[in-house]
Amino acid sequence: MLKLSAIQWTGLAVFFLAIFVGVPMMIAATGRTDLFFTLTSVGLLAIASAGVWLTFYIGRINIGQGAFALLGAYVSAILVTKAGMSFWLSLPLAGLFAAFVAVLIGLPILRLRGVYFAMITLVLTQVFTLTALALPITNGAKGITSIPLPGELSILGITLIPDFSTLENPRQAFYFTTAVLMVLTYAALYRIVNSRLGHLCRSMQQNEELASSIGVNISYIRVLIFAISSFFGGIGGAVFGSIAQSVYPSSFQVADSVNFMLNCFLGGLGYVFGPMLGTLVLYFGWDLLFELGKYQMLIYSSLLIFLMLVLPNGLLSLRLPKKGGQDK
Amino acid sequence: MSALLEIRHVTKKFGGLTANNDISFDVHDNEILSVIGPNGAGKSTLFKMISSFLPTTSGEVLYKGERISNLKPHVVARKGIVRTFQETTIFKSMTVRESVIVAQHLRAKASLAGYFWGTKTAHDDVDSFGNYADDLIEFLGMSEISNEQASNLPQGNLRALGIAIGLATDPKVLLLDEPFAGMNHDETMKMVDLVRKVRDEREVTVLLVEHDMPAVMRISDRIVVLNFGEMIAEGTPSEIQNNERVIEAYLGSADDEIGI
Ligand SMILES: Nc1ncnc2c1ncn2[C@@H]1O[C@H](COP(=O)(O)OP(=O)(O)OP(=O)(O)O)[C@@H](O)[C@H]1O
Ligand SMILES: [Mg+2]
Repeated sequence: MLKLSAIQWTGLAVFFLAIFVGVPMMIAATGRTDLFFTLTSVGLLAIASAGVWLTFYIGRINIGQGAFALLGAYVSAILVTKAGMSFWLSLPLAGLFAAFVAVLIGLPILRLRGVYFAMITLVLTQVFTLTALALPITNGAKGITSIPLPGELSILGITLIPDFSTLENPRQAFYFTTAVLMVLTYAALYRIVNSRLGHLCRSMQQNEELASSIGVNISYIRVLIFAISSFFGGIGGAVFGSIAQSVYPSSFQVADSVNFMLNCFLGGLGYVFGPMLGTLVLYFGWDLLFELGKYQMLIYSSLLIFLMLVLPNGLLSLRLPKKGGQDK
Repeated sequence: MSALLEIRHVTKKFGGLTANNDISFDVHDNEILSVIGPNGAGKSTLFKMISSFLPTTSGEVLYKGERISNLKPHVVARKGIVRTFQETTIFKSMTVRESVIVAQHLRAKASLAGYFWGTKTAHDDVDSFGNYADDLIEFLGMSEISNEQASNLPQGNLRALGIAIGLATDPKVLLLDEPFAGMNHDETMKMVDLVRKVRDEREVTVLLVEHDMPAVMRISDRIVVLNFGEMIAEGTPSEIQNNERVIEAYLGSADDEIGI
């Protein structure tokens, strides 16, 4: 199923070793368990960014992923707290519900292109925040709190995942959960890009008229991609809510939506794994600049602009040949 | 011979401008029919309505008795009526081969999900698309540039690439909007022969818009002439060459453009 070169296999192996063995060992050795939480956040943001990257792939700038992350967080929180559902079932449902809402919203707005689409999506996050403030089911500004930790997941009496509340270190469990979800997300992204759907997306990105002249149903593909994108957003948001054990209307804001987009830009729009790297660099970059106090934002923004000017194809263009990591 | 395509009282108005006024003619199975006329006569507009890229203001287009106007472009393409573009329209950052492969997607047997999981059917599709692409590229004499990125190709090749993309969909009717534009005499004549070969060997009905009169006269079975949105003549090349109204229309615009 996968045709990878030796270098790519090695890279993959190193990556898996690093996230599943290296990081936990390093944390155990240094005792810095707070890093679990930090890296889990990076992983979840990378999952949501993967969705944004996919909308870029059909030539649309999506600054609305925060809206779907918020939606996913609420759906999971409500299902767990109000319906008593297992978190593990609420997770896919949160993704699916975000995808469903994306279809409804996408049908009208995906006709727009360029800056018009971007502006509309920018407003989405705010609209979702206001909706969460207004609806009774989301409990307004008080939000949903005291969400129980994920319970046990067992199939036919065999425990696949233990109850998080019985664990000594739930943060480590969240870290592994997120790592697995991130790997699945990027594997899916890689398959999409390298299969027929990805090829059709590429044709649309390059010329929508020509694509429709060869029979590509461009409005269908656009909606499908936006739905998949929002699915990832919903999943990322749902896990966030579960870790924080609370969701507020401000859990995801416009700034988060902008960051999801920046992660993609920074990592590289031409590379499937770009958003992952972009998220990591941006997250830690922001933290590193914390020392600068009030100049943090200024330096951060200037650095970003500078990076985009010198590396318009993203960080990954530094190392890889032009098409590496994407084709074959 | 029955009509494959029927253009019935087709009218297109852009605000106050009538780009096509009550156009009616038939296209027969497996013929090469050219639509000619001075600049702005409404030729491209007519093609866009036949391929549903533009809705008609009134009138309709039938394919095998079924209406194909005022639908969506991809729906019409799926029925086998495929257009190329007057302006160079290609997938810039795909190679010739990649373009021809992606254009075959309608023939896929596996679903999008099948491709995602990499089922056997999907693998077979991928293999057959690759083989078909190589055959088609060779048929069109483009083997040497098969792996060139489209954005690096010279103008003459881009026209051919546009046609290759159209042909890769395995169309029943191919609408070519100025396929010889920007080609020199030799290239044009090669292309003329190629289009005829496509018609003969692949049983494609060809409609084309063209300004190059020697090429039109040589390639066409029949010709339809438009002038200021009106259809002023229809007939064989020799009939058209001797038609008073046609000569007048062309003399009115540019001297000996019709080449007679
Ligand atoms: N989308 C549009 N909106 C308004 N007017 C249009 C539109 N498309 C075409 N027209 C006008 O309709 C008329 C016919 O245009 P069309 O492109 O069909 O001509 P044509 O015969 O293909 O000309 P050419 O030989 O120059 O390609 C022209 O006057 C043109 O300006
Ligand atoms: Mg024209």
